[in-house]
Amino acid sequence: MNARVQHVELHAEDDGLDPGDVMLKVENVSLSFGGVKAISDISFDIRKGEIRAIIGPNGAGKTSMLNVINGFYHPQEGVITFRGQARSRMQPYEAAASGIARTFQNVALFKGMSTLDNIMSGRTLKMHKNFFWQVLNVGPARNEEIEHRLKVEEIIDFLEIQHIRKTPVGKLPYGLQKRVELGRALAMEPDLLLLDEPMAGMNLEEKEDMSRFILDVNNQMGTTIALIEHDMGVVMDISDRVVVLDYGRKIGDGPPEEVKNNQDVIDAYLGVSH
Amino acid sequence: MDFLYSILVDPFVQMVELPDFFLQVLWEGFVAGVLYALIALGFVLIFKASGVFNFAQGIMVVFAGLTLVGLHEKGVPAYLALILTIGVMGILALAVERFVMRPLVNQPDIILLMSTIGLTYFLVGFGEFVFGGEPKQMITEELGLPTGSTAFEIGDGGLLILQHIDIAAAVIALIMVGALALFFNKTRIGRALRAVADDHQAALSVGISLNQIWAIVWFAAGIVALTTGIMWGARSDVSFALEIIAFKALPVLILGGFTSIPGAIVGGLIIGIGEKVGEIYWGPLVGGGIESWLAYMIALIFLLFRPQGLFGERIIERV
Repeated sequence: MNARVQHVELHAEDDGLDPGDVMLKVENVSLSFGGVKAISDISFDIRKGEIRAIIGPNGAGKTSMLNVINGFYHPQEGVITFRGQARSRMQPYEAAASGIARTFQNVALFKGMSTLDNIMSGRTLKMHKNFFWQVLNVGPARNEEIEHRLKVEEIIDFLEIQHIRKTPVGKLPYGLQKRVELGRALAMEPDLLLLDEPMAGMNLEEKEDMSRFILDVNNQMGTTIALIEHDMGVVMDISDRVVVLDYGRKIGDGPPEEVKNNQDVIDAYLGVSH
Repeated sequence: MDFLYSILVDPFVQMVELPDFFLQVLWEGFVAGVLYALIALGFVLIFKASGVFNFAQGIMVVFAGLTLVGLHEKGVPAYLALILTIGVMGILALAVERFVMRPLVNQPDIILLMSTIGLTYFLVGFGEFVFGGEPKQMITEELGLPTGSTAFEIGDGGLLILQHIDIAAAVIALIMVGALALFFNKTRIGRALRAVADDHQAALSVGISLNQIWAIVWFAAGIVALTTGIMWGARSDVSFALEIIAFKALPVLILGGFTSIPGAIVGGLIIGIGEKVGEIYWGPLVGGGIESWLAYMIALIFLLFRPQGLFGERIIERV
């Protein structure tokens, strides 16, 4: 590991919660599109400092769940409480402002912009200086730009993507794009990081790298993480607690070993003979 | 042979024989090009930030010009009228964002295009209702813009005549382009604009408010429209006929690239100068009138070789 990585000072803001306290609570949430129920009556919580996995077969409602948490979808029923505040109809940018960052299942990057600019865009909410100063690039705005650039460089070092700093991300291979997307989310210094299939389409080596990054983010920066993943090996290895969805319902919730032996979960994955 | 001579040699002979006339043609083309560039700039702004081809940019030029002149006719002093018009363009931007763009988030581009066509008809009707349909004289002098002209002597006895208003138009366009380029490349909002253009979802997830960004670009496009309206109105009248000059922006955009501010400028100048020179020197060969379609021909040829335009963002697609 790079020596500079030791000095990473990125961390989630102090929100008065101790590790283990409930950070986000989902209560009786239901979401439907027209007549199709994507999520029915789901409740679970995410505790500060943990890695929480959301698993389930295809179409189980995992991504819908993430979309509800960060405000892309508004559930018809139920309450979501983030850091003690219940919210209704929150917009995605408000979720971002309150400390929730995310990545997407099929990589949503700004393809025409460089890696650096992509990650820099994660700092949008942290930059406050008047744009007239930014245009002139003097005084406070210049200092601010430098300060944010430093943070971004730390993230680039941390994710070991120095060599693609100036490359337009549209040109990068898939695995690296995923990494840049993680970088952009980290640049927001979120309290809660939502990862939608961070390892989809990766080879073994890339998966190992990504697992290491996720664990490091969790340990070193103290970021709470909720992730969706299909690779059971990875999920069982890195997560503290797992919630299992099937056809929009919750069928299991608990530590990995417990979930692994849950009969409903085994049935959902392997099928049951009727 | 005669025909080839008249295409390939004769026009250049004429250019050399009457250099003052040639320079005059170039200057006229340059001025027209600056105005095309200004119109194209309005399109680029909105296209960059939302991927929407704003059909209403032409009518926004007319609307801004009419508002300015109309307010002045009603007895408002010129500078106050200018400030009020800027205010009106701001309100228009907020209204467009709230009532047109916001309900259509995440719809296919074609739907957004249709909505801007709707906006065009609304602005035509609204403008006629408030200010009447007859052409109006632009209040050039009241705004303190220079009038008159300067003549330069070229060679022996040749004259090059420059209208002051044209020089002013070129300078103002230059300042505007510089300011916009700085805005896009140096500021947080500029980076947010580019982000929104690339991916709505991702932009939302890093905390960029689409609503705010759209209101800002429509306002910027409104200011560009107002400038264009004043400059173009000073050369002819402010009337709804101006609306069709918006279509001149299309070949400019194809040439320069839909997402590039420098592209809009260079494209505008190429089209403006190419059109005038073509009309004067090659037009007579086919009985004139080529000015109206030459721009599209140039654009078509460009499309064959550079579909993204001269300065457009490279089309990157991994398969």
